[in-house]
Amino acid sequence: MLRRLAGALLLLWLVLTITFALIRLAPGDAATFLVSPSATAADVARTRAELGLDRSIAVQYARWAVGMLRGDLGESFSLHQPVTQALAQALPVSVGLGAASLFLTFLVGVPVGMLQAIRRGRPLDHVLTVLTTVVYAAPSFWLALAFVAVFTYGAAAWGFPQWMRLPAFGLRSPGADLHGVAAVSDLLRHALLPVTILAAVGAAGIARYARSSVTDVLSQDFVRTARAKGMSPARVYFRHVLMTVLPSFVVLFALSLPGLVAGSIFVEAVFAWPGMGRLMVNAIIARDYPLVMGAAGVYAALVLAANLAGDLVLPLIDPRRRA
Amino acid sequence: MRFIGRLRTPDRIAAGLLAAMTLAVIAVPLLSRQDPLNIGDVLTLRLLPPWSRDTHGVFHLLGTDRFGRDLFVRMMLAGRISLAVGVLGSLLAGALGTMVGALSAWVGGAVDAVLMAIADALLALPRLVLLLVCAALWQPGLATVVVVLVATGWMGVARLVRAELLGVRTHAYVDAATALGASSARVLWRHALPNALGPAIVATTLGVGNAILLESGLSFLGLGIQPPRPSWGNMIAGGRDLIVAAPWVAIAPGLALIVTVLACTLLGDALRDRLAGEMGTTLRDRA
Repeated sequence: MLRRLAGALLLLWLVLTITFALIRLAPGDAATFLVSPSATAADVARTRAELGLDRSIAVQYARWAVGMLRGDLGESFSLHQPVTQALAQALPVSVGLGAASLFLTFLVGVPVGMLQAIRRGRPLDHVLTVLTTVVYAAPSFWLALAFVAVFTYGAAAWGFPQWMRLPAFGLRSPGADLHGVAAVSDLLRHALLPVTILAAVGAAGIARYARSSVTDVLSQDFVRTARAKGMSPARVYFRHVLMTVLPSFVVLFALSLPGLVAGSIFVEAVFAWPGMGRLMVNAIIARDYPLVMGAAGVYAALVLAANLAGDLVLPLIDPRRRA
Repeated sequence: MRFIGRLRTPDRIAAGLLAAMTLAVIAVPLLSRQDPLNIGDVLTLRLLPPWSRDTHGVFHLLGTDRFGRDLFVRMMLAGRISLAVGVLGSLLAGALGTMVGALSAWVGGAVDAVLMAIADALLALPRLVLLLVCAALWQPGLATVVVVLVATGWMGVARLVRAELLGVRTHAYVDAATALGASSARVLWRHALPNALGPAIVATTLGVGNAILLESGLSFLGLGIQPPRPSWGNMIAGGRDLIVAAPWVAIAPGLALIVTVLACTLLGDALRDRLAGEMGTTLRDRA
């Protein structure tokens, strides 16, 4: 396990080095983006020197590496605050959004896929197959716009009940000084649309996978034996089928993280959520090198940690994987 | 053609839709006399609803956008770009991945270790994050999007080809070819690679829909195809603040996107099921 951890850390370092190379080799000068439009060439040169961008790439890399080993990710060019501080503000928003959607994704996706496999070839299966395939093919940013059109603007125009009129932007109502239950319900109302969209897109993918893997298991001998013994269908599905496919979902859990990240970047862009996705996109547009590096590092660390966690949990639920 | 003949009905519909879409995106901008890029008489032409005729008597099937440009013609022009970028991006990524995977498996040793370490490192970053880093820092545009899709999409195929080749290498026919005096490169090219490409072909086909989605996403964020050149992504972005006043501007390109990606996914699935049936392997789990 220690070997795997060391391998993951090495991989993380490699990811950051590749990102570093990609950013510094790109044409365009960060300093020209950071000064005011009326700045002279001398101003640009001074800014460049202040940020250390006038040194050779090798020197810049060495400086970055030393800082990184000390846990110092540098100072953001555009926000004028330490990168760690900017990340610490944005990360909880995205992790909350991601965790809530991931939970819903599996809570909805697995049962839907199982139901399809059990009712395979029947009308219900066909309807759900069409639905999951369409949602799977739909871009999350377009779904987000459609939901905003219906539940924010449409809801007001068509006279939906009050609880169905949902806000389209931000984390909380601007200007409102809310406490306790009111604050929580305000946050939930703001989170409902983003979480639903992310979960729907994820659940469609999981359901597609669950349908095919459960179909495979249903045709196996031990399922027929269990049925022949006179076991109730519910017991067959939960005890035998679900327990057989469960380990593959743990792997899927880790594998679905990159897709979730992608979805959350778009959803945060549409709903103007102050999370990692928006931070990263803004940092890229502003050529804020330290912040881009920091955000990319956080994403890579999340993916690698999820893979490691999957490796750790797998033996616990799958006796065949125990050494 | 044999492949088409054996498709199930939904997959035939998908193949038909994709063929119709390809034909339309090629033909419609050619046949139309309207300029999809230039902005004309904005005040009288802008935001006409679908199925309407403007003051000059010109018919607009899907209406017009905020600059009075015909939405249908623009959408078809955007379709050219989206389809071309998707197909080209994933084909080239598949080719690069095949080359890297073959090199890795056939040469082995340090080359294998280095190439696979790079592949693993790139796989550890979510593809969209990698795309954003590449796309935004380089000059945005058509060529950049394709290059970036290739640069971020080869790793999966490389891993598949490498794994298949390592399996194929143990077969007797590879030994037989070597014993007959064929060079290592010839054995790889003529004997091993053709037998190892199945999963890579499936992954590349399924990658087309994904590449189209990624391109539209980049363009939506303003980091991909740049206006006035249309792409389904930047057209949706253009309709974003019009979803109340003129919802068709954002709805139409979104539906085109969904239909196209759906058709690509269904065809990829059909190909996968057929290859899996033929090879009798666990292709589905890996592709």
